[in-house]
Amino acid sequence: MARSQGAMLDRKKLLADPVMVTTIVVLIAFLTLFILYPLAILLVDSFVGDGGLSFGVFKRIFQMPTFTRAITNTLKVGVLVGVLSALIGLLFAYVEVYVRVGKFVGGLFKVVSMLPVVSPPFVLSLSMIMLFGKAGIITRFLLGIYDNSVYGYWGIVVVQTLTFFPVCYMMLKGLLKNIDPSLEEAARDMGASRWKVFSNVTLPLLLPGLGNAFLVTFIESIADFANPMLIGGSYDTLATTIYLQITGAYDKAGAAAMAVVLLCITLLMFAVQKYYLEAKTAATLTGKASRARMLIEDRSVKTPLTVLCAVAALFVIMMYICVPIGAFFPTWGYKFFPLTGKWFKLIFTRYHGFQAFRDSFLLSLISAPITALLSMIISYLVVKRKFRSKGFIEAVSMLAMAVPGTVLGVGYIRGFSGGLFHSGVLQGLYGTGLILIIVFVVRSLPTGTRSGISALRQIDKSIEESAYDMGADSFKVFMTVTLPLIKDSFLSGLVTAFVRSITAISAIILLVTPQFLLITVQINEFAEKGSYSLACAFATILIVITYGAVLLMNLFMNRFGTSKKIKED
Amino acid sequence: MEKIKKGIRLDHISKIYQDPKTGKDFYAVHDTSLTIEPGTFVTLLGPSGCGKTTTLRMIAGFESPDEGEIYLGDEAINALTPNKRDTAMVFQSYALLPHYNVFDNVAYGLKLRKVPKDEIHRRVMHILDLVELTGMESRMTNQLSGGQQQRVALARALVIEPSVLLFDEPLSNLDAKLRVSMRTEIRRIQQEVGITAVYVTHDQSEAMALSDKIIIMSKGVVEQMGTPEEIYYHPKNEFVADFIGEANFLKGTMTDADGEYVTLNIEGTPSRVLGREGMEPGKEYTVVLRPESAVLSDEGGLPCKVVLSRFMGSYQNYHVMVGDTLVKLTEYDPKNRRIYAVGENCFLAYQPNAVHIL
Repeated sequence: MARSQGAMLDRKKLLADPVMVTTIVVLIAFLTLFILYPLAILLVDSFVGDGGLSFGVFKRIFQMPTFTRAITNTLKVGVLVGVLSALIGLLFAYVEVYVRVGKFVGGLFKVVSMLPVVSPPFVLSLSMIMLFGKAGIITRFLLGIYDNSVYGYWGIVVVQTLTFFPVCYMMLKGLLKNIDPSLEEAARDMGASRWKVFSNVTLPLLLPGLGNAFLVTFIESIADFANPMLIGGSYDTLATTIYLQITGAYDKAGAAAMAVVLLCITLLMFAVQKYYLEAKTAATLTGKASRARMLIEDRSVKTPLTVLCAVAALFVIMMYICVPIGAFFPTWGYKFFPLTGKWFKLIFTRYHGFQAFRDSFLLSLISAPITALLSMIISYLVVKRKFRSKGFIEAVSMLAMAVPGTVLGVGYIRGFSGGLFHSGVLQGLYGTGLILIIVFVVRSLPTGTRSGISALRQIDKSIEESAYDMGADSFKVFMTVTLPLIKDSFLSGLVTAFVRSITAISAIILLVTPQFLLITVQINEFAEKGSYSLACAFATILIVITYGAVLLMNLFMNRFGTSKKIKED
Repeated sequence: MEKIKKGIRLDHISKIYQDPKTGKDFYAVHDTSLTIEPGTFVTLLGPSGCGKTTTLRMIAGFESPDEGEIYLGDEAINALTPNKRDTAMVFQSYALLPHYNVFDNVAYGLKLRKVPKDEIHRRVMHILDLVELTGMESRMTNQLSGGQQQRVALARALVIEPSVLLFDEPLSNLDAKLRVSMRTEIRRIQQEVGITAVYVTHDQSEAMALSDKIIIMSKGVVEQMGTPEEIYYHPKNEFVADFIGEANFLKGTMTDADGEYVTLNIEGTPSRVLGREGMEPGKEYTVVLRPESAVLSDEGGLPCKVVLSRFMGSYQNYHVMVGDTLVKLTEYDPKNRRIYAVGENCFLAYQPNAVHIL
């Protein structure tokens, strides 16, 4: 049996479609050059020294106590944050899906699920310092504790947990909704108590999903740069150590090797998560709920759970509100009234606030549509078409998800500052706005692609086939059928890409040159210097922009989003 | 629609797929050759997984054959993409474009062909009239019933005047009653337009009602191609006989021949039946007996015993044992017949030409 003729014909048909071929070629080139190559150069640079292939650099970094300590630190933070986030996420998800809650608590849940979308990095760290630090509103002014330190291990753990648990909550909510209520009703019917049902039925079904949530958070935690940077103090994680190795010690080869180590950890976790746990989750939770679940109204269950969630939610929301309010305090940590706008004024008059706003806004505005379109094209190719290099495109765009920003940043420095393979080719790219835009695109691509893929999977394949059959070529099919059908996903991808870009820090901080002022970099700088009022003012501007973008998107979707109507049909 | 009608010819076509579980390659369609005459309505019929849809999708161009060549008229079309083929497909899920209204759905193919606006309008309205959807032009597709959506899908395929219409189980999403009326409709429109049509279904009555010719497929191979009558009365093998209608299989050894007729020894009783070419005395043959082709009687025929007797309204349903073989019978108009009860011994009687020898 030979499938050669079929494959040859498929190839011929593909080649008869020049737009499609060009798109695929350009995509492969883009992914190779801006995702694979920077990672490859890290490997090359850390193994190939002046005297050929060697482990010299690795030997050297593993002899640095700062580095080995950073590894343990990172893992310790990651594990605890993963566990805590999964548990809090589970609590929220369980209460939302199983317990009848009032309007107010329901509203709190919505806000909490929205927060990770619009929250810039640093925000929770800033408010943590502001509320619980040495001059913290709660610690010093309410409790009279003068020497509380939030810097270090616990600071990072708290802040990261609060940052990442909403993601777990959303993931677990989806899974819980997929559990067929009749399974639990059957257990109840046979005499199991509510706790027994939870521990014997719900929890075992959810276990792979919980593991999945843990790993996703773990990966996020060890890749996180902003929070450890701000609140870590002397407690360095891998991401911050790599950053300092470049900006402080100017040891690019060492940083490259460290980046390889960090990459290996995240890739390993990502592989376990993607190929082992996701498959298991899908296997145990395939059933669609056959009918609506009877919500728990029993007060002995409802009251404690609801109160617990409400308190946690209010706490998180308070943390977020702190930053904009803090920006109006006359003197951070000493004098709270009367509120003043002087920090904003100072930003715009002395600290190039306008330029920072403009640079951040423009670069993100340019990269967002590119990201959105690119991720829709990738999703279309992956879901709807078959061709040889499809696996490559899918794998590399998913790979980008597992690459921490810091690693990518180091890769770009090594890969482009001296041109391709240090040869000087394309050297002009480094230090330009273009490379910043490319980094923004690469960093947001996986999220967009994932949402595009799930949107496209819901659309009957034969709709596109029918257009193709009627005489449309791939380009026409994409423009007249695919894109209009996933308009919502495209729009939200657009906004997500914009928000992610404008709040990006980890990769960009390594690549930004003095001619560009970015808001996130400014926040980092002022917070590092201890000018928290200015940092808060910048962060407030960022929150306003991102929140505005999300509002705008919702407005657009309600007005023009037709695809919802189609899906319901 | 004055256009030269074109037929389709499959020349030793095969398609190989990989089993996702075992990773082994297997033939979804194996070495299939057939000719579909211009202007005829041909149905690919078979159980699921028999390769009928794969065959249709190869004709449309969505799949590429691993062996063989497909011809549309005299032209080899293997390397043509679906959008360049002169075929139009009606999909199982209708596959209407949900963001367009009825008119724009039907006009889509014409717009792609850059037909002038006024001509598009004229042709779309003409086709909508043909499928009896006049007045629905500005409806969105999700405001239509299943039957109406199917008409739009048909109109959309017809309006571009393809050489061949392809149907992929187009009626399987409709309820039973609508299915029956829609198939009459499809046949009427095909006759009116005079277009070549290839239709995939697993529903044998649909195949019977629609087709000039039926192609029975199983496990990637064509078992038999013929008119509905040929397939029903002269099935080539047990699979075809069993798949189309109900069939009883009796084994009998040939003992004697006279002219066109032969005598078979069935379960110890000689039975005179119409023979076929190339039969030899002493050999065992399988006889196909349709449930409605035999009756129970008090004397004459194969001795049998009733094991089930059930009143079904328009007919009486029997299961009888002829020796060790179970035979199912339907006797119509039971009111005017003697009804045999379970446990009764009687005889199975049939006309010599009511059976078919495999």
